[in-house]
Amino acid sequence: MGSNMAENHPVAYQWVMEARERGAQVIHVDPRFTRTSATATKWVQIRAGTDIAFLGGIVNYILENGREFREYVVEYTNAPAIITDEYRDTEDLGGFFSGWDEASRSYGNETWRYDGADPSPMHGHREMGAPTDQATGFGGHSAGAPCCDPPHMDPTLEDPRCVFQILKRHFSRYTPERVAEICGCSPDDLRFVARALCDNSGRERTASFVYSVGWTQHTVGVQYIRTAAIIQLLLGNIGRPGGGIMALRGHASIQGSTDIPTLFDILPGYLPMPAAQARHDLRTYIESQTAPGGIWGTVDAYIVSLLKAYWGDRATAENDFCFDYLPRISGDHSAYQATLGMMDGSVKGYFLLGENPAVGSAHSRLHRLALAHLDWLVVRDLVEIESATFWRDAPEIETGELRTGDIPTEVFFMPAASHVEKAGSFTNTQRLLQWRDQAVEPKGDARSELWFMYHLGRIIREKLANSTDPRDRGLLELAWEYPLTGATEEPDGEAVLREINGRQADGTLLSASAQLKADGSTTCGCWIYCGCYADGVNRTARRKPHWEQGLEGREWGWAWPQNRRILYNRASADPQGKPWSERKKLMWWDEASQRWVGDDEIDFAPDHGPDYRPPDGARALAAIDGRRPFIAHPDGRAWIFAPRGVVDGPLPTHFEPEESPFANLLYPQRANPPRQRFFRPANPYNPSGDSPGADAYPFVMTTYRLTEHHTAGGMSRFVPHLSELQPEMFCEVSPELAALRALEHGGWATIVTSRSAIEARVLVTERIRPLDVQGKTVHQVGLPYHWGRNGIVTGDSANDVVPLALDPNVHIEEVKAASCDIRPGRRPRGPALRRLVESYPRITRDGDVTQAPQEHAPGTRSEGR
Amino acid sequence: MEPLQRLRSLPIVRQVRDHDLLGLGRAAQSEGSAALEPRTKTADAVYHSVCPYCAVGCAQLVYVKDGEVTQIEGDPASPLNRGRLCPKGSASRQLVTSPLRQYRVKYRRPYGTEWEELALDTAMDMIADRVIATRRETWQDEIDTQDGRVRVNRTLGIGSLGGATLDNEENYLIKKLFTALGVVSVENQARL
Repeated sequence: MGSNMAENHPVAYQWVMEARERGAQVIHVDPRFTRTSATATKWVQIRAGTDIAFLGGIVNYILENGREFREYVVEYTNAPAIITDEYRDTEDLGGFFSGWDEASRSYGNETWRYDGADPSPMHGHREMGAPTDQATGFGGHSAGAPCCDPPHMDPTLEDPRCVFQILKRHFSRYTPERVAEICGCSPDDLRFVARALCDNSGRERTASFVYSVGWTQHTVGVQYIRTAAIIQLLLGNIGRPGGGIMALRGHASIQGSTDIPTLFDILPGYLPMPAAQARHDLRTYIESQTAPGGIWGTVDAYIVSLLKAYWGDRATAENDFCFDYLPRISGDHSAYQATLGMMDGSVKGYFLLGENPAVGSAHSRLHRLALAHLDWLVVRDLVEIESATFWRDAPEIETGELRTGDIPTEVFFMPAASHVEKAGSFTNTQRLLQWRDQAVEPKGDARSELWFMYHLGRIIREKLANSTDPRDRGLLELAWEYPLTGATEEPDGEAVLREINGRQADGTLLSASAQLKADGSTTCGCWIYCGCYADGVNRTARRKPHWEQGLEGREWGWAWPQNRRILYNRASADPQGKPWSERKKLMWWDEASQRWVGDDEIDFAPDHGPDYRPPDGARALAAIDGRRPFIAHPDGRAWIFAPRGVVDGPLPTHFEPEESPFANLLYPQRANPPRQRFFRPANPYNPSGDSPGADAYPFVMTTYRLTEHHTAGGMSRFVPHLSELQPEMFCEVSPELAALRALEHGGWATIVTSRSAIEARVLVTERIRPLDVQGKTVHQVGLPYHWGRNGIVTGDSANDVVPLALDPNVHIEEVKAASCDIRPGRRPRGPALRRLVESYPRITRDGDVTQAPQEHAPGTRSEGR
Repeated sequence: MEPLQRLRSLPIVRQVRDHDLLGLGRAAQSEGSAALEPRTKTADAVYHSVCPYCAVGCAQLVYVKDGEVTQIEGDPASPLNRGRLCPKGSASRQLVTSPLRQYRVKYRRPYGTEWEELALDTAMDMIADRVIATRRETWQDEIDTQDGRVRVNRTLGIGSLGGATLDNEENYLIKKLFTALGVVSVENQARL
């Protein structure tokens, strides 16, 4: 679900096909019939943006029919935990949880806690900008709690306040009939999928979910994944071979970009950036981020070792290991905020390092307008992407909104080295690090990012070498010495990888994060990558052919952490340490050696058997009971109900997308209450649901990728073969919608939203079918989003018409479900384009629809039956 | 060519003689094509790489002759892709050798209407100056919060957005340098 794996991850899809050959059922639930649907054993069409309703229906089916894996649920999850009686559910409050604050449009999580847990705001991990942790954090209990199980539990799962019963009540109205009304599928489709999942789970069998950005790019995206996690926990499918939830990421090292983040809110290894608060010393940070049990129990060792990697010998216990040099965050500083900052003039200089927001970011028109406000812009890429040339060929120049001679932005285009012109590691979607050798030297001025960042830092430091300004100290004291190689003076990537791996005080390379110390005697640039260079061997460069090793391929590359291939694999054994079944065995407790053994690296304290009980005062892994596999949580239990860590509620709930032609059939509250929107004239929204003007946008729109292209096109529209294979922007519509709007196959259509209007070739196909939703027929429009103005093949950008509305947890945009209008023919040229768009209704202030003149009127009322 | 040899070289004869009745194999070879060799055979060196498109991580073999990439193929030894590549991965030789690749720094001055040439060293020096000046201009030692006036030690005036084809080592240096500069808005495609 939320993935077209055959199209977008075709080479990995060979394994799905092999599984199908061996009898596995492959079910595809998607708004469109795609290459994946064509090769699946079952396809279910649902309306874009309704996956939580569908998944919630599966949860309801499991609970109504008693299909849960009872022993797994009782022992390994927080289903038995009793929640405080102050908690109120969306069932009680019309789509809100208790703790809602209308003024700040956010939740406090005090009433989501375990009964008997400390009611004071708990410290927690993953600070998302709040000065003190509110509804964030990985949490658990107050620091120093001796034992980790929730204070009150009911192992019979009968107590009305236990998580299991709350869950049952929460999803009780997600019946097959109700789900069908929301999603546009049939009740039997839902029953079929739910039954297939249940029949293929349990001791003898496992089932797996695969998702991609079809799940994440929603204003309630995190909760999509949470719903799948709840299903997999109820069915006992986590930590076991053939189980799990597989995120198929879309870029070569997008996993690496979160592990060693270039993200505003985290430091390497998912350590939170420190927040702006009154007490800002290292000790406060460590206290607030340390969990009483599990892998987050030794945050002190992780952060001190990172600071030592950053500031080397300058970082000492006396100066708090230079913790003070870290900048502080005070809210959302994500990429979209930076764009708004450009519009407002607060962001003045910007680096684009292989990224093309003028085509690739939601509401890309806004990004082009924003770039034109900058003082300076550095673009590093292989080719002249649209973000580098917006000042002379942005569509806004054609409409007369921008004029080249008026744009103040100074632009530096710096040619980049390609993947074969530099050595380094990518981390793939399975957490696997693989090293690439350098095959050739980059030509001309082309350089790697490694070269660019190193030399930029060197030059800035040289220019400031004599500065006595305290602001420059963190920069001047930074450990910034790397061996340089070759004529271009390229930094040695392996030296950087060794810094990431970390060292002992004597310089010996570390082999495991368990060796990290909080006293400053170890360095480590990313604690989860510790061990990738163990014993002085670059393990990411291991390439033992698959025919010379086992099915898991454990000697090809290196997976974090500790080359472990299945996380939480303690759950592959029962509480007594025995495999759940012979057929599905992976790890088990070996009495003779008093260790966990099996085909993987155990994700648990290796010598803590099933009988291990944490002694008083135990911390980190030693505080995890021998029967509790989920060591990322202090209680060792997986969280069906999240008392903290998710800002939009402890349980997933179906909400309509920000832009949708429908009201919420389940709750008076239409869309996710704390979703992020940005009201300003330059960033309008379509009216939705029952609002006036909503009928101007009667269709559901979704965006997607094609095998032959890559995201914003910088790596595909400039490649002759790929351009030939997919030469033109198109839209997918059903024969019914084509008839309704007089769209001709192979002709042109114009897709209109309150942001912009784009044109596309019409592809009339039965792959995308009208759906019956809430008693009316709705049509969907599919839009690939690869095109722009530059390159070999050109076309309008789908991201011009999508809205800028974000998930409140992770600030990801909702581009997989929105509303639109579609009309026959090409879009107007020049200033007429804006006149067409402005003739449509729009929202630029919360709850306030600007009803436009009725110029758009022909054929835009809600249609069909 | 001798008459007998010419007779033997007739396609119909070769189809029968070589058990290639449909003429889809060796019988279809001409003298010219028989002499052809795949670029993979004539390469000076072969390097191990990984496909730069999606996150499956297909291993590639990069064939190089005279300092130029002549072919990129899937690495049969990889347990992930077993030698296979998709259309994008198969086109990655064209990605790295595309005639549209840029190899020179280009500069557009404020309000300028055309690209101008700029030496790489000059560009690096100018960018460093811009970073220093904007950082000074937009620096925040402290801000007002609900906790009162608190230390932040940062600039919000500079931001960065990276693609997700960056190496781990590159991301490490990006985050390390920008953090030391006090730049907070360091972002990546991974958000999007």
